[in-house]
Amino acid sequence: MDLRITVAQTNPVLGDISKNLDDHIRLTRAATAEGSDLILFPELSLSGYFLRDQVFDIALGLDAPELEPLRELSCGISIAVGLPERSSDGRCYNTLAFFEDGKLLSAHRKVHLVSYGMFDETRDFAPGESWTPIESRLGRFGPFLCEDLWHLGGQYLYALDAVDALLVASSGPGRGVSGPELESTGVWHDLLKSAARHTQAYACWANRVGFEDGVAFGGGSCIIGPDGQRMTGLDGLDEGTISGRLASAELFRTRQRAPLLRDARPSVVESGLALRAGRKPAVETPRG
Amino acid sequence: MADPHLDIHPELVTDILVRFLREELGSAGFSRAIIGLSGGIDSAVSAALAVRAFGPEAVLGVMMPYRTSNPDSAAHAKLVAHSLSMPTRLVDISAMVDGYLDQEAVPEGMRRGNVMARARMVILYDMSEDWRGLVIGTSNKTEMLLGYSTLFGDSAHAVNPLGDLYKHQVFQLARHLQLPTEVIDKPPSADLFEGQTDEDELGFSYADADQLLVRLVDERRSEAELIEAGFQLDFIRTIAKRIIRNQYKRVPPVIAKLSHRTIGQDFRYLRDWMS
Repeated sequence: MDLRITVAQTNPVLGDISKNLDDHIRLTRAATAEGSDLILFPELSLSGYFLRDQVFDIALGLDAPELEPLRELSCGISIAVGLPERSSDGRCYNTLAFFEDGKLLSAHRKVHLVSYGMFDETRDFAPGESWTPIESRLGRFGPFLCEDLWHLGGQYLYALDAVDALLVASSGPGRGVSGPELESTGVWHDLLKSAARHTQAYACWANRVGFEDGVAFGGGSCIIGPDGQRMTGLDGLDEGTISGRLASAELFRTRQRAPLLRDARPSVVESGLALRAGRKPAVETPRG
Repeated sequence: MADPHLDIHPELVTDILVRFLREELGSAGFSRAIIGLSGGIDSAVSAALAVRAFGPEAVLGVMMPYRTSNPDSAAHAKLVAHSLSMPTRLVDISAMVDGYLDQEAVPEGMRRGNVMARARMVILYDMSEDWRGLVIGTSNKTEMLLGYSTLFGDSAHAVNPLGDLYKHQVFQLARHLQLPTEVIDKPPSADLFEGQTDEDELGFSYADADQLLVRLVDERRSEAELIEAGFQLDFIRTIAKRIIRNQYKRVPPVIAKLSHRTIGQDFRYLRDWMS
């Protein structure tokens, strides 16, 4: 893997897919012109976040004609974009679609929908059921949608998959104003650095900005190296893009220094999960 | 003195609130604002934020004294407007209010205060048409939680930059925004009758209320924890009761559900729908 990624920090119009699509096209063309191989947009970047009943009004099938411009543009650059997906059985998902070489390559449906505090996603969306890495011609990526990163399961499985980069798309509201930076942004950066260190992969975070009914989205999009260090990022609450180069050589260096994948013990985890679920473990773990 | 429970970072909060005003008014198709300037700290902070968001020439301050209002209130409102270089309008509400008060022989006290607050709302919303600007709110989190406001009076506005800030935090912001010290240092008053101060009327200080509210509402402390932290049980219960009793002031009117899709129940769209 040796690629240039652009992370777009956008401010979508709530429910106006056509307007947002224009913005995606503009940013994707610019990223292509600048020589990027991949562009990552925030969660629900085509629709905005607090959709409520609009989910059912505007959700799109992944083969929808509205997405044709993105399919076409993906001949020149791979595109990870967030949208409300309507499946053929009528269920709606909060999905990160990945377009490459003129077609949909992969779709990650948010596994950990968030329904507490200010959030109510389980009312409108069905949860995704798998952690499937994106096998891109550029490399292997682990997709996450916001809350997905707060749970260890996806990170663990993608670490075992030896993904090259975590692609994390968020619509994370900004909260906590006691310091010079939003408290929520600081927490996210800690989480991303830790995820990069655990998986020894790049962590690329696209978080949106702007307001929906008074809720400020916190921005702070960034790219973290496999050593857990921030390579680049956006400060403040403006729209913008950042770019960074992701290279296998850096992954190898980090993984050589501390061979975490070699030392992973998935069978022990598997036994532990089986025991906790009341099943007989496939491999007996000696106790003592 | 630093207060880890309540202190905000005023630069960050100013940045967020200025963006909030620009974007929420922009979503509604406006770039001008109108604010009732009382001469108090809340309307001064709202006005200062609006001036930062839209420029002084796009924010109209309306002063609406009644014949018994403290003359200091109008003087302080002028001081605020002058310091922000914003245009003002003066509308004496005495004739308008007295027309009704006299006709119905409304007694002294809360009813009269509420009529004045609602008269000011009528004027602001009428002038907002002429000014082509949205009405900016000035209610802070402390008074909203305590219900210390007039329903459809001062609580009526299009957007509110202060609604998630306790009084303590409004003071912090006022100092950061370098508002006139006369406005910051005087005791807060709704000025609905002569010599009134908020704290006398409420029966406790804003400082004490904020200390308790932040622990009750934001930190969700239990009664036992609050007593352990030094709060008096009767004060805790007084405040808790006020919060519950005044919930109706913080939500839209209740609608009787009849159909399968009822506004506010299962017809769920944001105000920023498609904008």
